[in-house]
Amino acid sequence: MDPKTYKFDTLSLHAGYQPEKNAGSRQVPIYQTTSYLFDDVDHAAALFNLERGGHIYSRISNPTVAVLEERVAALEGGTAAIATSSGMSAIFLAVMTLCEAGDHLVVSSQLYGGTVNLFRLTLPKFGINCTFVKPRDTEGFKNAIQENTKAIFGELVGNPGNELMNMPEIAKIAHDAGIPLMVDSTYQTPYLCKPFEHGADIVIHSLTKWMAGHGSSMAGIIVEGGKFNWMQNDKFPSLTKEYEGYHGLSFAEEFGPVAFTMKARAEGMRDFGPCLSPQNAWNVMQGIETLSVRMEKHCSNAEKMVEFLLNHESVAWVSHASVPDHPDHELAKKLLPNGAGSMIAFGIKGGKEAGEAFINNVKLASHLANVGDTRTLVIHPASATHSQMDEATLKFAGLSHDMIRLSVGIEDIEDIKNDFENGFKAAQKPKLVANK
Amino acid sequence: MKFKVNNEEVFASTGGRPFDKNKPLIIFIHGSGLTHMCWVLQTRYFAFHGYSVLALDLPGHGLSTGKSLTSVEDMADWISDVIDAVGFKEASLVGHSQGCLVAVECTSRYPEKVKTLTLMGGAGAIPMNPELLSLAENSDPKAVDLMMDFAHGPSGHFGGHPVPGLYHLNTGSQLVQSKEIKDTLGVDFRACQNYTNGFDAAKKLNLPTLSILADKDRMCRLKDGQKLADLIKGSEVHVIENCGHMMLLEEADKTLSILKKFILKNYPAT
Repeated sequence: MDPKTYKFDTLSLHAGYQPEKNAGSRQVPIYQTTSYLFDDVDHAAALFNLERGGHIYSRISNPTVAVLEERVAALEGGTAAIATSSGMSAIFLAVMTLCEAGDHLVVSSQLYGGTVNLFRLTLPKFGINCTFVKPRDTEGFKNAIQENTKAIFGELVGNPGNELMNMPEIAKIAHDAGIPLMVDSTYQTPYLCKPFEHGADIVIHSLTKWMAGHGSSMAGIIVEGGKFNWMQNDKFPSLTKEYEGYHGLSFAEEFGPVAFTMKARAEGMRDFGPCLSPQNAWNVMQGIETLSVRMEKHCSNAEKMVEFLLNHESVAWVSHASVPDHPDHELAKKLLPNGAGSMIAFGIKGGKEAGEAFINNVKLASHLANVGDTRTLVIHPASATHSQMDEATLKFAGLSHDMIRLSVGIEDIEDIKNDFENGFKAAQKPKLVANK
Repeated sequence: MKFKVNNEEVFASTGGRPFDKNKPLIIFIHGSGLTHMCWVLQTRYFAFHGYSVLALDLPGHGLSTGKSLTSVEDMADWISDVIDAVGFKEASLVGHSQGCLVAVECTSRYPEKVKTLTLMGGAGAIPMNPELLSLAENSDPKAVDLMMDFAHGPSGHFGGHPVPGLYHLNTGSQLVQSKEIKDTLGVDFRACQNYTNGFDAAKKLNLPTLSILADKDRMCRLKDGQKLADLIKGSEVHVIENCGHMMLLEEADKTLSILKKFILKNYPAT
């Protein structure tokens, strides 16, 4: 006897939506509205008092966005989710739902540059300080925890250096300290890794990337695993004690496995308002419908590009966890059994100048500040996404000036290789001129 | 709120309002392996509309201490003890699934204490599938997966939670797995399997009774719920269409609407 609940590919098409309750519309309708009629005064009061489910104002929730939220929660194996206007707003909302002035976070050092700046420069302005730890320094995460630490945060595969953090071991460290592990799983999508199965408690995505895939729409999401017991200690009073903003409600007592999401919505969306537009939610869902198909192609193309780059005379080094001598290869096999993703970091011989020439001369690959598009993307992180970092921070984050960040698309692999050949040829030309 | 019964701490949600001994009491009794949290879309309405509400965590479940009670009869006596412990003489009982067995048994034993009875997804007996029972008693997570499968109707399997962003199946799964499966779900399933007095208990009842049933219920089938209701004199029955066993979440608004009419008519708040 086996459960007949729907599986990943089916959920990516159907989860969170019942056509019979939406005029039979097979596609999820776009509820392009700011607000929703109340039946009567009693109904309005019931919605504001959280007596019943429903929508009040699209800053707080929206029926189209809610389908996306349920769909991602279902795919991740989470209890609930809350979508936001971008991945960065998802991270900010998650931190502000958990922390207040005087709190501390332990954070992986290898993150998207914008995230580094949030943790390093912006959150301290709110009285929330962070200690950065290199992703492979598992013991370092333990040593960095303080009395006022409220969470560990990291990307499973760090941006842009492709260093992995040992999620199961770091989750145990967090749980032994009575705090949750928050993971930005943008690079993986639930197709490659479900962090809740490896101990994470809160998962964050920039849906803008592989989840949507088409590069047309900004969106982010926070997903709750539902296992973390907020009431096990006194570290999270805003979740466990009476909350003045909702008639003395204790989110943890009343909502248990969805407490974090309920607070993020009731307080964070109400007070900060980083809401996702219904149009963008719908756009993202068009991408999620083909998530597994696209991720298979992303990963197979990435592995072919890894082989191409490893054997290319213009390439100094390649970092991708599928490579057997990558330091995290064994960990990747365990945590990423469906593929190590489509992000490759490589060093070009000739350093920064060669890197710039390469990027200026590829034609098919797009030079832009995004990852996870169906199209192949390249960037030189030290001069773009991570350019606000000083030299020491760049080094600590595992960046070098010869590094090219490659997000492998799903074009024909031979076309991508040919494009790169042209880029490499152009990158070597200045050297030839200099030799003359 | 927390209070003591038989020297163990009991947790009950009061629906977001302070517990008030001067308001009529409604007690909500959860199903096998679950907790007070499954009632959140019913309790808060009554708490904000003139009632004192207790959505209980049965002993050993959720935030209540102690060991799970091993028989429906013990649970029925415990509900009576709860009414005493909070200083009331009477209450309305609302049960779901196993909670219906408990509510029926409690009412037959202590008719003077129960003013109205509401049975959601109920039956006179809930014999367990032997494989499911064995899985639960051995703390196999597959028991929870099967339970979530059986407990939700075809539409509920896709989600569509009334509270934006919540996903039924995984939320239910985490509620059950908040404690060791064999200590809650396993004990509860065995108690259901062993309980045989439901039909006889129902024949003794003579109070306003409401049954809310669902046409796609695979845990307690519609015909079984109807059979129980037929034994209770003057029982009122409502069937929710295209809905599974978890009607209190799958069709929370319809469930609340039916319950509201019944409670306001038969057990009005002053």
